[in-house]
Amino acid sequence: MKILVAVKRVIDYNVQIRVKEDGSGVVTDNVKMSTNPPDDNAIEEAVKIKEAGKAKEIVAITIGEEKAQETVRKALAVGADRGIHVKVDNVIEPLAVSKILKKIVEKENPDLVFMGKQAIDDDCNQTGQMLAALLNWPQATFASKIEVKDNALEVTREIDEGLETIEVNVPAIVTCDLRLNEPRYASLPNIMKAKKKPIEQLNASDLGVDINPRIEQIKVEEPPKRKAGIKVASVEELVQKLKNEAKVI
Amino acid sequence: MSVLLIAEHNNKEVRPFTYNAITAASQINEDLHILVLGHQADDVAKSLSEAPNVKKVIHVDNEIYENYIAENYTAAIIKHAESYSHIVSSANTFGKNLMPRIAALLDTSQVSDIIKVISEDTFLRPIYAGNAFATVKSNDKKKCVTIRPTSFDPADKSGGSAEITKSDPAEASSSTKFLKKEEVKSDRPELGTARIVISGGRGMQNGENFKLISDIADKLNAAIGASRAAVDAGYITNDHQVGQTGKVVVPDLYIAVGISGAIQHLAGMKESKVIVAINKDGEAPIFSVADYGLEADLFEALPQFLSELNKLNTIQK
Repeated sequence: MKILVAVKRVIDYNVQIRVKEDGSGVVTDNVKMSTNPPDDNAIEEAVKIKEAGKAKEIVAITIGEEKAQETVRKALAVGADRGIHVKVDNVIEPLAVSKILKKIVEKENPDLVFMGKQAIDDDCNQTGQMLAALLNWPQATFASKIEVKDNALEVTREIDEGLETIEVNVPAIVTCDLRLNEPRYASLPNIMKAKKKPIEQLNASDLGVDINPRIEQIKVEEPPKRKAGIKVASVEELVQKLKNEAKVI
Repeated sequence: MSVLLIAEHNNKEVRPFTYNAITAASQINEDLHILVLGHQADDVAKSLSEAPNVKKVIHVDNEIYENYIAENYTAAIIKHAESYSHIVSSANTFGKNLMPRIAALLDTSQVSDIIKVISEDTFLRPIYAGNAFATVKSNDKKKCVTIRPTSFDPADKSGGSAEITKSDPAEASSSTKFLKKEEVKSDRPELGTARIVISGGRGMQNGENFKLISDIADKLNAAIGASRAAVDAGYITNDHQVGQTGKVVVPDLYIAVGISGAIQHLAGMKESKVIVAINKDGEAPIFSVADYGLEADLFEALPQFLSELNKLNTIQK
């Protein structure tokens, strides 16, 4: 089997983001960037499947500016075999991302496509499902457990009511939850080795897909701030405040 | 043109967030129709026809809709999409799984997780775990929108009598099979709609200690939440997770116990009306959003909290 894993470069999950004063977006200059956390789980799962002898090749792909290549390099360092970087100059919407991914899938013919269930920057949670629709492939979203069977996957999905298990025939799209596995760290020798692994570079404009935005971002603003609270000295005081001041119990 | 809302239900009852979505959908356009895809879900169609905001219910009954198989749902929704300007659903795991599949087939860029309807084409939505709000305008002819249920009040459930029309099913997918659902049954209120939520984090140290939380939850008729760290550590099941990648809750009272307050957790609870934090680390970021902070060892504070509650003559339910 061949697995394509899509990874995205986002502002690191630990960074407290700042909104630009002109309302045009958030500050990204000189801000720490990392791989979108559940995309790390997607890579890890692909590597585990390969280590179990059930996959032959893992291709990591990212779509983004020049520096987005770092996320592919990181995927290569934890076990992906080769990389693809599709260059785009501006932020593009999940619909455009899935159209690009569809082109790559048609070229690479993977059996599975893995990615994180949601990117922590735009919080859209769309790309995997959209790609599945465009390819007319089955989708298994929010996966917390994957079992590889003959020509099918048994996937446990995290849903609001608890857990759901479905079986999807291969080829399929899986979007990964953070609880799917524990992503490994790249060892120094593997980071060195990854530098020699190939990354193919393509331009989105050469793929013949419409990536123009359909959604206009009119403004980005800070959410309303909560007013500062107080510290209480004892449990007794807390209960009194909740009863008599906040009147919530 | 009209709005089509996809109902979420268990074939017997309407799932509560559908009513919050009704409120948002009817703010987009008053001509709101609801699509019920289900198996022997006549009661669901009937209930929804009684919601005054609903103008029409389309009911498709077939065993292929017994479970939420996105592939099957999508095929049925696409059949009806032609007559509508907007397709909407809740932004919970139901709608998140489903809507992008519909949007892609309609060649529409979806607007996810809106918290406010500004006009038919313009919406407010949180980005970066709610640390920024984006006002976005969709320029697609047909719009696919998911709604953050807790940002809209539930619509009235009775008083209306919309027409119910039956419609034929679409083709079923042969490549996805439902195997099982492990639903966590509880007599407590649902986390998403509870008036009070008490949540535990890594500070709880193990699953058994959640008993301290459940005792208080029983007393307050509260739902139990958890931080991602507590779920990852196996203290409690995933359906309790509050945060950017879990559930978003907006209760009247949110009590965070042994939760440090990572950005991703705050994303799921910081809109709560009153927030209490109990943590022994006075520097924990959770205190920055708390109305009432108690710097204390939770293993001492929780039993005291319960005994103080027991002293009260009345407790709001």
